[in-house]
Amino acid sequence: MADTPLYGADSPAGSVIDRIRPGLAARRRKELRLKIYGLVAMGIAFGMLALLIGSLVFTGWRAFTQTHVTLDVFLDPAEIRAETLPRGGFDSVLEASLLQYFPEATERAERREVMGILSNGAQFILRDRVVADPSLIGQTIRVTVPTSDSYDQLRKGLIDRETPERLRRLNDAQVERFDRLEAAGVVSQPLNWALLRNADSRFPELAGLRGALVGSFWLLLICFLISFPLGIAAAIYLEEFAPKNRVSDLIEVNINNLAAVPSVVFGLLGLAVFINWFGMPRSAPIVGGMVLALMTLPTIIIATRAALKAVPPSIREAALGVGASRQQVVFGHVLPLAMPGILTGTIIGLAQALGETAPLLLIGMNAFITSAPDGPFQAATALPTQIFIWADSPERGFVSRTSAAILVLLSFLIAMNALAIFLRQRFQRTW
Amino acid sequence: MSHATLTVSTVALIALAATGAFAQSRQEIRIVGSSTVFPYSQAVAEQFANQTGAPSPIVESTGTGGGFQAFCAGIGEQHPDIAGASREMRPSEWELCQQNGVTDISEALIGYDGLSIVISRQNDFDWDLSLEEIYLALAAQVPVDGEWVDNPYQRWSEIDPELPDIPILVYGPPPTSGTRDAFVELAMHEGCKELDYVQQGGFDSAWINENCSRMRTDGPFVEAGENDNLIVQRLQADPNAMGIFGYSFLYENLDTLKDVNINGVEANLDTIASFEYPIARPLYIYIKNAHRGVIPNLQEFVEEYMSEDALARDGYLAERGLVSLPDDVRAQTQEAVIAGASMSAPE
Repeated sequence: MADTPLYGADSPAGSVIDRIRPGLAARRRKELRLKIYGLVAMGIAFGMLALLIGSLVFTGWRAFTQTHVTLDVFLDPAEIRAETLPRGGFDSVLEASLLQYFPEATERAERREVMGILSNGAQFILRDRVVADPSLIGQTIRVTVPTSDSYDQLRKGLIDRETPERLRRLNDAQVERFDRLEAAGVVSQPLNWALLRNADSRFPELAGLRGALVGSFWLLLICFLISFPLGIAAAIYLEEFAPKNRVSDLIEVNINNLAAVPSVVFGLLGLAVFINWFGMPRSAPIVGGMVLALMTLPTIIIATRAALKAVPPSIREAALGVGASRQQVVFGHVLPLAMPGILTGTIIGLAQALGETAPLLLIGMNAFITSAPDGPFQAATALPTQIFIWADSPERGFVSRTSAAILVLLSFLIAMNALAIFLRQRFQRTW
Repeated sequence: MSHATLTVSTVALIALAATGAFAQSRQEIRIVGSSTVFPYSQAVAEQFANQTGAPSPIVESTGTGGGFQAFCAGIGEQHPDIAGASREMRPSEWELCQQNGVTDISEALIGYDGLSIVISRQNDFDWDLSLEEIYLALAAQVPVDGEWVDNPYQRWSEIDPELPDIPILVYGPPPTSGTRDAFVELAMHEGCKELDYVQQGGFDSAWINENCSRMRTDGPFVEAGENDNLIVQRLQADPNAMGIFGYSFLYENLDTLKDVNINGVEANLDTIASFEYPIARPLYIYIKNAHRGVIPNLQEFVEEYMSEDALARDGYLAERGLVSLPDDVRAQTQEAVIAGASMSAPE
């Protein structure tokens, strides 16, 4: 009996299995339980996501259409003259054409109330058309202009006609007038392109995301231009050239720490250094982009280093072996192979930067501006700060517009993440 | 090598572009200050940009105190031109302005804002509170049987048996907000003065400042953040909860919310303008006169802000909930501010 074989004659296979079998059912149960816990956790996570998106869509979908009124407007040469453009009585010609539906409104107060059906921006829409083509003066043109927010809410059923008149935003006479327009077939509810085409406004029916979209574009461009080359350069040095010693360890730890610094700290830094010290313009995307670049930099460095590490050493050695210099190895072989990983990391970093709010609030990018910026040095807002401003506005119409703006932001984030996944799937090589 | 060159040249290009742009002078008017004045400045800015085609003014909501800090930081295009305030400029802020060379300032009273205490319309009770009752419900410390103690009241009926037997739950602004300052000063301090304990004790205003300024933190008063829309949503969900916010939010939500009368007075445009409604406060804008004629369009913008179109009772600011000034006061203000009259030191 020098050594006992596992399945020897004195311990037949049957007896081992016999010993295991009683515990087997319990082990299977445990495994099943673990699986169920996992499923439940996943279910809860998906449930939360569905709840979030569901509630956003539920309040936000209404903002994707907007009530409009189509009017035939006679551009009276007595009111509007080519030489006085862009000034002119555009509201009076609109009033004249709208009053055709309400001949009984003769008193000033009543006419004002009738004009309240149209958005304040209607006259400017008309003006812009005439300024673009002054030959229209003297003709009758058909314009489709937004209604003001209250009537939009009425048509969307957000103002309840059953509410007692005293408590309603619109009194019975106003509701009746709107119904007459509706009966005349001039009211429509097309897609709300203003949401993407217009810049911010205090009137919900005119407010749009153009300023925020352009602002976010400049932010990301500047963030990319700064953080991408710097991040890659730093990562290449750390991965390919830096000696492995205490100093490089310290740098590595600090980069990891930097990636975990709350974003608001970068905002304070931007305020103190870029704006107060360097005297750069407040609220401008250039400053925001630089702050976001500082924030994105560690993410890109870490992602790039991981991608460089994943390139097998045999490739470097082979290249060195045929006489390539270190620089040729990096730029000719390692970097191209690591590029998909680097791009993925960069896009994820930029997506993070796109949704960042706190640092932008500190450098004043939550201002109210009614035009889109022409360049990175002009004051602008960004998508998340625009959401912040709208969420705080008293007008009812902004409730749904806030949700709609969040949906727009989310769709950009999803698109960016999808691009990252695509790049990874399409170009990544395995060895 | 080409990659490295590219990187270096990109960085250089950005640096060059940056320095180039700082040289160009500011074309837009910049407005900072109170979040209560923000919607009114927004309205004027948009109207002004639409009508004149000038670059749209940049309006930032920084809070009254933060606004004065930026406004008083100096003269020059990196400093804002106008500050909105939901209270008068304080002597300390005036000092700061003087030190930094901002000596010529126009003060413009643009109107009034009422702070309303609001409850859902689903609540059937006809609410009418005195300032004393508000104080007893919300203060950190109140007198009970002649002792100054931590607030023991948990239900409205404990304060006055006539009031409904429901728990006290009031959502209000956080300490950083100008609305909170105004509420403490106008409602809590005044309510505190009405208490028998304070009147008989003969305490002075310093004592009141020290002892009656704290809101309770044991639950019935909830700091709900700066977002008034969130408070509106919570009130709509809970018919027994009350909220404290500016009148413009009540005005936008009159179909679902009603105000709690104070001393029998309802909050509306008339009672706020006449100060019959006790928690009303003035709103100001401050204009840096040294910037007039230097920053393009500033004078025209001030004229728009001071115009009848904006400030009158049927003006577009009133549409947003601003309570306008009586006609004679308004005419005086308009004239003085457009002419650039400079204010004297606040006391």
